[in-house]
Amino acid sequence: MKNGRDPVIVGLADAPIEDGKFVTKASVLGHAALVAKAAVEEAGLTLDDVDGLLTAGMWGVPGPGQLATVTLGEYLGIMPTYVDGTNIGGSAFEAHVAHAAMALREGYCEVALIVYSSDQKSLRSRNLGGRPSVLSMQHETPYGMPTPVGGYAMAAQRHMHEYGTTSENLAEIAVATRKWAQLNPAATRRDPLTVDDVLSSTMISEPLHLLDCCLVTDGAGAIVMTTAERAKDLRTKPIAVKGYGEAHTHWAIAEMPDLARLLPAQKAGETAMKMAGVSHSDIDVVEVYDSFTITVLLTLEALGFCKIGEGGDFVSGQRTAPGGAFPMNTNGGGLSALHPGMYGIFLLIEATRQLRGVCGDRQVAGAETALVHGTGGTLSSGATVILQKD
Amino acid sequence: MSTEQPLPVIDHDSAPYWQAAHEGHLDIPLCGDCGKHHFYPRAICPHCHSDNLNFDTVSGRGEVHTFTVARRPAGPAFADDVPYVVALIELEEGPRMMSRIQTDDPEKVHIGAKVEVTFVKASDEITFPYFRMT
Repeated sequence: MKNGRDPVIVGLADAPIEDGKFVTKASVLGHAALVAKAAVEEAGLTLDDVDGLLTAGMWGVPGPGQLATVTLGEYLGIMPTYVDGTNIGGSAFEAHVAHAAMALREGYCEVALIVYSSDQKSLRSRNLGGRPSVLSMQHETPYGMPTPVGGYAMAAQRHMHEYGTTSENLAEIAVATRKWAQLNPAATRRDPLTVDDVLSSTMISEPLHLLDCCLVTDGAGAIVMTTAERAKDLRTKPIAVKGYGEAHTHWAIAEMPDLARLLPAQKAGETAMKMAGVSHSDIDVVEVYDSFTITVLLTLEALGFCKIGEGGDFVSGQRTAPGGAFPMNTNGGGLSALHPGMYGIFLLIEATRQLRGVCGDRQVAGAETALVHGTGGTLSSGATVILQKD
Repeated sequence: MSTEQPLPVIDHDSAPYWQAAHEGHLDIPLCGDCGKHHFYPRAICPHCHSDNLNFDTVSGRGEVHTFTVARRPAGPAFADDVPYVVALIELEEGPRMMSRIQTDDPEKVHIGAKVEVTFVKASDEITFPYFRMT
């Protein structure tokens, strides 16, 4: 049953990057502001119309980033009356869509703005260590655990042991994703890639190679949501938020309930698909978080696109590449397009563009329903969103 | 010195565990209500949420549940250790804990390998429980 307060996406923007770095000269908050302004203007709104502000980030911590929505609201010069600073890692933005959807339905806000920005590449602020050795991490950091890759490597090792998954299976994902990137002029890595290239790339944390890992880039993105009723007066064709779900289980990898099964994705996916009233065969395009190749494999299994343990077969033969049976990560993903620390907002932006039908060479023909799934932390959190063309 | 191994910041939950390790035994919480051990130490049992907990000296034996061979260090402090093996050990008593596998040959480490604890002093206050294949 349609309702005037049904939540829809009406505005999008992402910042241009070149060689993984921002093109425009602005601070990390400046880039957040520029994409926020562009996204509301695309919809025919202004920042003064925004009364809901949702963000998560890693900038300014310790310091002003500890109160991220407060600092961002101040920078934008707005006074939001609904805020959400949920930070569950790279999946935060899928959770933000869910939370904004509930606030819109409830009449608690009219125009919700979701924003992310990171200049980690320009700052060279990433390394494999760095989680302070306090609380649960006092039992992890001192052992030299490479983070976050080591946790994903441990899950991959376990999946290989239990189900016979191979490094070749994982490499298929990186190769297929690169083929999508080659169709996207905005993607960072567009040179050809083979399974052998992945397998012969530097070993980082066994069994994961360099090319099993996502890029490290800058990036900023924004999404504007409002109600179906309000969207009638706006410039863009609204994309409906039909279902959502979220869950998390652990942060320390030793606490992951089952290292070969992604329970948060299973739970979030079931909840979202049930709410949307869709089944797997209804999904035309899939955007899932690819921090590492193993993330994708575990996610596809947990979401039920194949049986647990059969992910290796599922992605074999370039099934997820352009022209394959299962269009996935169509912008080139975190593996080849961009990965500015927390990537989840870019999954939503790409899915919405696919449903708008504006993706040029990489457009999935007839895309009407998209599934987006974010993963955050160390396989810690999952949040699913089902989007649909009206 | 930024290149030294990061040491745990001990808190009230973890103090008995680190104290025991320093004395050369592995003590982890045992729930007086559900009878299950857990790790890392908490103020309530993560299985049944009871606060009837006591530290129990366990066998120090277990097996490799999963592992990774770090070919790139987790920051400069670990640069000299590469390659090194970080593993999740499933203790005989049930809980999993992260540690290092001490070995001259990382390629010999495999899931299911039997291991036992060995203690390595890191400072006047901290001794780490590492594991060796048996």
